[in-house]
Amino acid sequence: MKLDVVLCGVGGQGVLTLAALLAEAGRREGLTVKQGEVHGMSQRGGAVIANLRMARGPVGSDLITRGSAEMILSLEPVEALRWLGYLATDGVVVTSASPVRNIPDYPQMDDVMAALHGLPRAVVVDADPLAREAGSGHANNVVLLGAASGLLPIPEETLRGCVADFFQAKGEKVVELNVRAFELGASAAAAPAA
Amino acid sequence: MVYVFPNPLRAMTQGVLPDLAPQSTSKGRGAGLPPLLLGDEAVALAAVHAGAAAAYGYPGTPSTEILETVIRHADEVGITAHWCANEKTAYEQALGASMVGARVMVSMKHVGLNVAMDPFVNSALVNIHGGLVVVVADDPGMHSSQNEQDSRVLADFARIPCLEPATQQEAYDMTRAAFALSERFHVPVMVRLVTRLCHGRAEVVASPPDPRGDVHKFGDARDWTLLPGNARRLWQALLEAQPAVAEWVEASPWVKVDGDAGRTLVLTTGIARNHLEEVLPEVTDPVVHLHVGAYPAPEFTLRRLSRLVDRILVLEEGYPFLEGRIRGVLPTPVPVEGKLSGHVPLAGELTPDAVRQALGLTLPPQLTSGLQLPMRPPQLCKGCPHGDAFAAVRMVLSDLDTDAVIAGDIGCYTLGALPPHGTLESCVCMGASIGMAKGASDAGARPALAVIGDSTFLHSGVTPLIDAVAHDTDMTVLILDNGTVAMTGQQPTALDRSRLEPVIRGLGVDPEHLHVIRTHPKKVDELAEIIRREVLHPGLSVIVAARECLEALRHEKKAAKQTEGGAS
Repeated sequence: MKLDVVLCGVGGQGVLTLAALLAEAGRREGLTVKQGEVHGMSQRGGAVIANLRMARGPVGSDLITRGSAEMILSLEPVEALRWLGYLATDGVVVTSASPVRNIPDYPQMDDVMAALHGLPRAVVVDADPLAREAGSGHANNVVLLGAASGLLPIPEETLRGCVADFFQAKGEKVVELNVRAFELGASAAAAPAA
Repeated sequence: MVYVFPNPLRAMTQGVLPDLAPQSTSKGRGAGLPPLLLGDEAVALAAVHAGAAAAYGYPGTPSTEILETVIRHADEVGITAHWCANEKTAYEQALGASMVGARVMVSMKHVGLNVAMDPFVNSALVNIHGGLVVVVADDPGMHSSQNEQDSRVLADFARIPCLEPATQQEAYDMTRAAFALSERFHVPVMVRLVTRLCHGRAEVVASPPDPRGDVHKFGDARDWTLLPGNARRLWQALLEAQPAVAEWVEASPWVKVDGDAGRTLVLTTGIARNHLEEVLPEVTDPVVHLHVGAYPAPEFTLRRLSRLVDRILVLEEGYPFLEGRIRGVLPTPVPVEGKLSGHVPLAGELTPDAVRQALGLTLPPQLTSGLQLPMRPPQLCKGCPHGDAFAAVRMVLSDLDTDAVIAGDIGCYTLGALPPHGTLESCVCMGASIGMAKGASDAGARPALAVIGDSTFLHSGVTPLIDAVAHDTDMTVLILDNGTVAMTGQQPTALDRSRLEPVIRGLGVDPEHLHVIRTHPKKVDELAEIIRREVLHPGLSVIVAARECLEALRHEKKAAKQTEGGAS
């Protein structure tokens, strides 16, 4: 069993936190993990991509082969499309619907949504409002993890446990907020498309 | 040398060295797992476990987290570790520690080794007894760099051994081994990393630490004094040691052969091995696989294996270093495929995709969105003081009816070359802005401006400014002083900002044309007025525009809150 996830978004959105949460969950399920991170230049409001590779047994390459990822987990809709070449044709895109318009030539939102809905498998979640509902606009990465949870071969309980442990040091309130964000994401993804 | 934010996630999976907390700091079901370390963190841990007494460096992606990790734990483990003015000063300090018998590590990014080149190459001749390990992080694909030079070439140039890990575990093990190797052959030893290894995490199991050795001088001053007479003797000794080093490489666990039947010999170095492992299950013809993790290249093994096969494929991250060694000029008895033959791309990062194709496998089909997606380049943070400085420069230059030259430098502010700023016209190496502006002015360009950050100025801008002072060159130096090394994650600058002005004044810059001003977003006009005046002054001017990096302020506030409240 292998699980290759392309994690992407815009620098500052919390892609690395998302990668760390998912990697830890994989480890707790006994998977071997290679977790790539992006530091430096591209972090400042630029496009960010991180490779997360997990397998039962050894993981070879540090990078995901084009056309072979099981999932693209994206915090921004255009960024989800940017790395499509890495997705297996039967893979799934899980993305936030909320755009980050920090570039002058951001495409028409209708076109972006049409491209996403035209994919074989895509889950588009209105993450920003859900994060605010959970209690913090910053929690959209955890909302996305929740949205992906039903599609990952990792028990939801393990993922939720990682979220709770990760934020433990920041106090009970922060833990509750993030667990709520996770659950809102999970139920949004499970609901039939509107 | 540049770039990087500290990882905000250390609390969960790392941040505590395994010797201080033998198991993962994960809670609940995660407890007991080995730590998930960056390659950089694995190297740092190894240096501590090898009993290094000191560690030095200058921040630069992807090497920054090495020294950052050592510094974070310096007090606990009793090691001297700090950032230096530049890579050359860092290397020389490491050499001094080694001279008195201490184990010591110096770390930098690949282009940083260019800055340290003088002590680096010469240190191969001195009689090392305290293990000196130089860790160099290359950046194939130029994620955060100006070039993709391959440091293995420079280890070879200096005639020193080089170890090249393929995994985070090997990064730990090889760094441990490098100290002993340095002491055995009395030379510095290089550990060569690449971005994906530096910034990738995997589980690392540590081995029992070595005790710290005593500090005392070894041998003879003539073995450290490179006067021609001594240097000729020491160079001869270095050359004569090469066969013994080569023998060590051949027998080392880092040179490994897999498979003995097959018509193709696949050579891998560093993380290329991981790409091969990924692809190998799909390759139907058996291959003989030689992995080279230590240099000088194991020529004996290479010759032996080449006689068994019809074809050699070389997969290596960086330059065609090994391939070039095998290929030479005359035809080889067996065809050698790799970057020089065009079977593997010569530029950019090696990828599993390129390895698939080199082995004759097709790529899986790929989806496309059908949309033309805009690029999303990195940007200055919202409200960044650099943005105001660029606005001031543009205001001045749009009023002047001349074709100005604006030489830029390396740091966050290099983004001033991109829209919407579009102000800087060059970025070559640390400190180059000042020398280049002087050259442009000497050649007749007016006005000539240099734009440089505070840390870059202290790194390599002071010496070219001495040249400009010496000739009272008609040019203006704008130092953007944000009080920190921002791009790599807010490391402290070599000198506190209050000491910047005395340094510049001390170089002999005319006080009439030296301005140190606090800038403010609402006072861009004031800054522009000073720039205008000084650009028109027919001599050297230096303007220090000081305002704190917003990101650094945010970090400070957060740290203060944590000390106050205990929890955040």
